[in-house]
Amino acid sequence: MTEKLNKVDAVIVGSGWAGGIVAAELTKKGHNVVILERGKARGSSDFVAMKDELRYSSRYELMQDLSKETLTSRNGLNKTALPVRNNYHARLGTDTGGAGDHWNGIAFRWLPYDFEIYSKTVERYGAEKIPQGTTIQDWGITYDELEPYYDQYEKAAGISGEENPLGPRRSDKYPNPAMKTTPTITLFKDASKKLGYHPYHLPSANMSQAYTNPDGELINGCMYCAFCEEYGCGFNAKSSPTVTVLATAEKTGHLELRNNANVTRVAHDGTRATGLVYTDTNTGKTYEQPADVVVLAGFVFNNTRLLLLSDIGKPYDPKTGNGIIGKNFTGHFTNISTYIGARGFFKDKKFNTFMGTGALGATIDDFSGDNKDHSNSDYLHGFEVHYSQLGARPIANNHVPKGTPTWGKVFKKNSIYYYNRNLFITPQSGFLPNKNSYMDLDPTYKDALGNPLLRVTCEYQDQDRKRARAGVAVCKQIMQQMGADIVDVDDVPDDTNFNHRFFTDHFFGGAIMGEGPHNSAVNTFSQMWDMENLFVVGGSSFPHNSNYNPTVTIGAFAYRAAEGINKYFSQGGGLVQQAKTNKGDT
Amino acid sequence: MTDDTDSNGTVVDDPTRRNFIKATSRVAGGSVGGALLGGVFVGQAAQAKPNEPKEQKQPETPNFQEARQFFTRTDDFEVLKAATECVFPEDDNGPGAVGLNVPYFIDKQLAGLWGVNGQDYRAGPFQPQASQDPGHVQPHPEQSAMNRGAIFLNGLRKLNEVSEKRFGKRFESANEEQQIQILQAFENDDIDMVGVAASDFFTLLRQTTLEGAYSDPLYGGNKNMQGWKMKEYPGAQASYSAVIEQDEFVKLEPISLTDYQG
Ligand SMILES: Cc1cc2nc3c(=O)[nH]c(=O)nc-3n(C[C@H](O)[C@H](O)[C@H](O)COP(=O)(O)OP(=O)(O)OC[C@H]3O[C@@H](n4cnc5c(N)ncnc54)[C@H](O)[C@@H]3O)c2cc1C
Ligand code: SF4
Repeated sequence: MTEKLNKVDAVIVGSGWAGGIVAAELTKKGHNVVILERGKARGSSDFVAMKDELRYSSRYELMQDLSKETLTSRNGLNKTALPVRNNYHARLGTDTGGAGDHWNGIAFRWLPYDFEIYSKTVERYGAEKIPQGTTIQDWGITYDELEPYYDQYEKAAGISGEENPLGPRRSDKYPNPAMKTTPTITLFKDASKKLGYHPYHLPSANMSQAYTNPDGELINGCMYCAFCEEYGCGFNAKSSPTVTVLATAEKTGHLELRNNANVTRVAHDGTRATGLVYTDTNTGKTYEQPADVVVLAGFVFNNTRLLLLSDIGKPYDPKTGNGIIGKNFTGHFTNISTYIGARGFFKDKKFNTFMGTGALGATIDDFSGDNKDHSNSDYLHGFEVHYSQLGARPIANNHVPKGTPTWGKVFKKNSIYYYNRNLFITPQSGFLPNKNSYMDLDPTYKDALGNPLLRVTCEYQDQDRKRARAGVAVCKQIMQQMGADIVDVDDVPDDTNFNHRFFTDHFFGGAIMGEGPHNSAVNTFSQMWDMENLFVVGGSSFPHNSNYNPTVTIGAFAYRAAEGINKYFSQGGGLVQQAKTNKGDT
Repeated sequence: MTDDTDSNGTVVDDPTRRNFIKATSRVAGGSVGGALLGGVFVGQAAQAKPNEPKEQKQPETPNFQEARQFFTRTDDFEVLKAATECVFPEDDNGPGAVGLNVPYFIDKQLAGLWGVNGQDYRAGPFQPQASQDPGHVQPHPEQSAMNRGAIFLNGLRKLNEVSEKRFGKRFESANEEQQIQILQAFENDDIDMVGVAASDFFTLLRQTTLEGAYSDPLYGGNKNMQGWKMKEYPGAQASYSAVIEQDEFVKLEPISLTDYQG
């Protein structure tokens, strides 16, 4: 029996950056908001003595409990998807703050090219440049239109950064100066400059100094403690939903954050969402939380899954190309992006690589997006090439030069010798959507409550492998310039395909935005075209993946969504943005 | 290639060089942890006690943690000891897996949440063959119906079975060369195991051995933080803020969570 609760103004799935930002902006305007978060209550006091590599980096204690719910995965339309069984293959957020508590904090903006990728590509190279089966589209918004929301997010999160010599226009500088410069960062920057590139510090949500954001939230200066990514910050020095937007929303007195509330359906009457149905994971009892506005901010996978489970919108069909929900799954994948690159071994130089922070490092944008001319390349989009000093912990860092055995005497000697004598450079590359990469409900596997799991189908195209190889080649060039004695380079063989690893937490699509309902599920305020009081916020709305970490862009669009919802309330309903074209649903 | 590398380009022993490195890698400034905490986080800093590492003397009372929670048969545990020592042997850097108490670490891990795959998706149908399917360029990982404890038990017994068949003696009694040869056969999937690929068992064994060597000593391995000392890894430091910009290598006494949490 489902118990119906008292109606509120807005109910939100998820307490990560996306849900937290919307909650803060709505409650500041006096709206009563309930957040339903499937995970437990979590915050700074849980993070104080967290410097435990086994528990958090090998056993992934902060990540989604896969025993309750996971994804299934396949890398081709005729293959059988199998479940992702262990967190080594899926680092997904859960609990209060979601993935925003254990992120690194690398805080990029995306490029003007990204938001108008279709038009700008056609304009520069002609439509025939777009590879067969690539389903890129304009987002329905320009960089200039999004810029104020970027600025808003960067100020809320207190991003520490250095001006990017090749970066897009900014209305204001970063709210905080860049993080410290270490000897290895200098080595990378000097080598890149010598090669004619334009290095700059990674923009960081680890604070270079204590900072109070416009909502009055204090974030402390970073201690450079080297337990950052995959960990929460015990010093309140990493910008996260819990130290910023959730705290702001709490202070208004208009937020109720309900933990252990696993949302299973959007309640609706076909045209309007009426609330969310959830199971209290402590009691097993089900509730319906009615609301005037319903917001899905449960990350890409559950945003898509909840739409499919609730029969909202038309599911995407890869055979016909029709339908929209589930379309354009993209991401950063470990065998073609970010976890491949060039590793340099230095025989006579020891570095303090065991020190670091989640977002300490430098990068170059010379190959990002369409910064480099692609006339003679057989791929579109590009890569940023970065060196980062995260704090090399001893279980995960046993790198030895290629050809060295991976266990036994010679391994032990070399892994210990080189522990402080190796550096890694990696390209983070864009990934363009294709017609065979999408999400739907799995026909076989179910979650702990008996609901079908989400099935992810992902296939690489040739251009993805070529882009990855081009990126690795630049890494190699810089590493050689840095003076490494041995430079080992990762291969990207011709048969490289999706490896069922959901490790980066940079995933996109499922309820994408666009100019109208003919090619999108939501408008640029994340409002569903066909259900105007339902907003689907987060990376689910991104039609493709750029070559940068996504959270600043997720944050910017969440601020825009919140503005749209507040407008929806004040104008008493309706679409807050009309479709540009009127081609009708495909 | 300089003459201190072998044909694989990897470093081989060179005691002169190691002494040289030792001599040049003294801490600059000496007291890293204490000075830089500068009162910002008094509570946490006070807990960290970075300059007072606990006495590292061998305890005179017995170590009550050195008993088995998971393995019931001594035989299995003996195979585990021998196999982990092969993966991570004692050498002039310091102790190997046995000296670091890795077998007890693994025993405790298998007795807990991780050993029963408590945070993993465990619903069927299981397709253990999918990780080996040659038609899959990128095979599906970890599709075995067995949990990690069962995989370890089966794997260790199989190691022993192969040893008895090939060499007529138990695995732990085989000589080093024979043990290595058997482990290589597992690593290369030249052995058939039921319900899990031999290479998957080997990967688990290797990974867990490294975890036991380098995890915080609270889990029963990394005895006396000797795993960390070999790598000059200083453990749970509260902050590197004051030293992270300097060029010289910084050597610090390691801090365990026992010290950090105070
Ligand atoms: C280790 C790691 C490092 C990262 N580093 C970076 C980085 O350096 N830079 C960067 O830009 N990005 C980084 N990311 C990605 C970043 O964390 C995410 O992009 C961001 O946190 C996404 O925010 P979100 O609010 O959309 O989703 P999430 O943070 O995932 O929040 C979604 C929330 O919804 C809840 N939820 C989901 N389904 C339900 C349901 N059915 N019912 C109730 N609640 C539900 C979840 O429990 C979760 O708390 C990293 C991610 C990881 C894992
Ligand atoms: S490195 Fe800095 S931001 Fe990251 S956890 Fe440590 S103190 Fe916090």
